[in-house]
Amino acid sequence: MNDVRDIAFAWKHSPDQHAAAPAHHPVVIVGAGPVGLATAIDLAAKGHRSVIIERKSQLSDGSRAICWAKRTLEIMDRLGVGQPLLDKGVTWKNGKVFFDTAQVFAFDLLPETGHRMPAFVNLQQYYFEHYCVQAAAKTGLIDIRWQEDVRGLEQTTDGVLLTVGSPEGTYRLLADWVVAADGARSTVRRLMDLPFEGRVFEDQFLICDIKMKLDRPVERWFWFDPPFNRGRSALLHKQADERWRLDFQVGQEADRDAEVKPENAARRVRGMLGEDVDFEFDWISIYRFQSRRLQKFRHGRVLFAGDSAHQVSPFGARGGNSGVQDADNLAWKLDLVLRGLAPERLLDSYHEERAAAADENLLHTTRSTDFIAPKSEMSRIFRDAALALAETEPFARRLINSGRLSTPTCYTQSSLNGPDELADEALAARPGAAALDAPHDNGWLLHTLGGAFTGLWVGRDAQVAASVAEAKGELAHRAVPIRLVQTSNAEACARYGATDAPAFYLIRPDQHVAARWRTFSAAAVGRAADRALART
Amino acid sequence: MALERELKIDDGDGVYAAIIDAHQGLSLEQSAALNARLVLLLANHIGDGTVIREALAKARASLTR
Ligand SMILES: Cc1cc2nc3c(=O)[nH]c(=O)nc-3n(C[C@H](O)[C@H](O)[C@H](O)COP(=O)(O)OP(=O)(O)OC[C@H]3O[C@@H](n4cnc5c(N)ncnc54)[C@H](O)[C@@H]3O)c2cc1C
Repeated sequence: MNDVRDIAFAWKHSPDQHAAAPAHHPVVIVGAGPVGLATAIDLAAKGHRSVIIERKSQLSDGSRAICWAKRTLEIMDRLGVGQPLLDKGVTWKNGKVFFDTAQVFAFDLLPETGHRMPAFVNLQQYYFEHYCVQAAAKTGLIDIRWQEDVRGLEQTTDGVLLTVGSPEGTYRLLADWVVAADGARSTVRRLMDLPFEGRVFEDQFLICDIKMKLDRPVERWFWFDPPFNRGRSALLHKQADERWRLDFQVGQEADRDAEVKPENAARRVRGMLGEDVDFEFDWISIYRFQSRRLQKFRHGRVLFAGDSAHQVSPFGARGGNSGVQDADNLAWKLDLVLRGLAPERLLDSYHEERAAAADENLLHTTRSTDFIAPKSEMSRIFRDAALALAETEPFARRLINSGRLSTPTCYTQSSLNGPDELADEALAARPGAAALDAPHDNGWLLHTLGGAFTGLWVGRDAQVAASVAEAKGELAHRAVPIRLVQTSNAEACARYGATDAPAFYLIRPDQHVAARWRTFSAAAVGRAADRALART
Repeated sequence: MALERELKIDDGDGVYAAIIDAHQGLSLEQSAALNARLVLLLANHIGDGTVIREALAKARASLTR
């Protein structure tokens, strides 16, 4: 069988290698992980070339991301990679939580219909990267330099001078902008001497990816204190290709070398799935999770995105998902700055918005990890109290924290946000929020909203208000054009607070809401767009 | 709403005794487990995070007396 993990990406000689002066590139991305690739594809969709420097010759290996959240799927759909993720991945939205042998809680992450994307798709990170590499190749604008690595970095007044190592020796590149998407052990961060502070969780987790045929519903199963892992937790998830992810908390003192021995790991697998289970190991590893963040995501012409900027424990699947959202936030801003249509300070809002998102993710994952692996005796007593009460008390079920699964951050406090005339209505679509999907014609509303500024007229009446129709030309002819989309779909009206009266939304290229009004005024929309471009 | 500081329970002595009675015959460990359940049930009943945080701060401060 062909395994995408066996694909070896060849190193190719680049003319930059022996150039007399460092070759100049508008954008150099360090790292071809999910975040670097998503950034490059988004920039290419806007017409920009980029160079990606990647140390490895293969896709990500080992046990890494498997759960891709709805918002990430929507972003990847905008980038043309949504369908392969859906087709190959395992779609799910339900989960169960067990305490000892009893089920204490079941959840449904997407109880409503009318969305193109499901709550979650499980797919091994190497597939996610594989589809991104294929999409990147199709653009013809992305030059991935496999088997090369960044070794030196110097910021000058006109750019960033990089020293790149290759099989033929080192060479230099001059970049206008560098996106450091080089992961949790970021070289760029180290070269710039930037502290990456936070906490290390003491507990260790054994992660086994196994291959087996097992007919059971696709759900996330989480155990607290199960008979097969007394006093600790465990997690079971399905992946593509009949792979399963098993995650066992093994304690602070566990002997790492002994735990990862197949015969010992196999005992744990049998404990969870039964003595007669027929399986093969794909990968066994042991982790101690971290929770850290860079103080600033923008340092002049160097922008940090993904794990290089923030690292979280995986409970809640917030690592890769938030990294892809970094890319989503960064690409349109970099595009407009590169084209001279927005001031450089628009990139400060990248830090502002995504650092707030990182804080939210750090808060959730830290709380989850403390619930799953209590750090004091009293913390464990309260945790067990919540679990025991959950068997009969509905409120306690809501306190059970086996990971608060990734949802998009609403940039509530962003300096880019404009007026909110709907105030307390349709809070899920308030300025700063990611736009909500709904059926649209024969497709989906989100398909009409990405990539450019969009004015969205939502109202039960299929007619666009005359004032909006009149302003169409004016909005389309701005330096950064605003196109118009109209919907009268009932689900859209409900989600956007337009059931009783129409509403007008200004949506950014990353599909986040910039401002919204009850009464339309072209001048007000123009002012809000200027604000969203950091022009005012 | 601020944390109530005057006695609000209609039968203070009786409820106090009921709390003590609930711990009858329990080890310290079992009592800790009971208290944790009680705190969660009551915190949910109060519902107001500000009041609960104020109560936590008061309780903590009174430890240093
Ligand atoms: C056990 C586990 C489970 C996880 N589960 C999930 C999950 O379910 N969902 C989720 O969203 N996230 C999950 N994550 C987190 C997720 O894997 C990461 O957040 C994600 O990989 C971050 O992507 P990235 O592109 O920022 O970095 P990476 O994927 O780490 O990519 C960085 C790339 O940069 C390259 N590189 C590094 N230094 C250099 C250099 N100097 N020069 C050139 N190239 C360089 C590396 O080779 C690498 O390819 C999990 C993580 C773990 C460990």
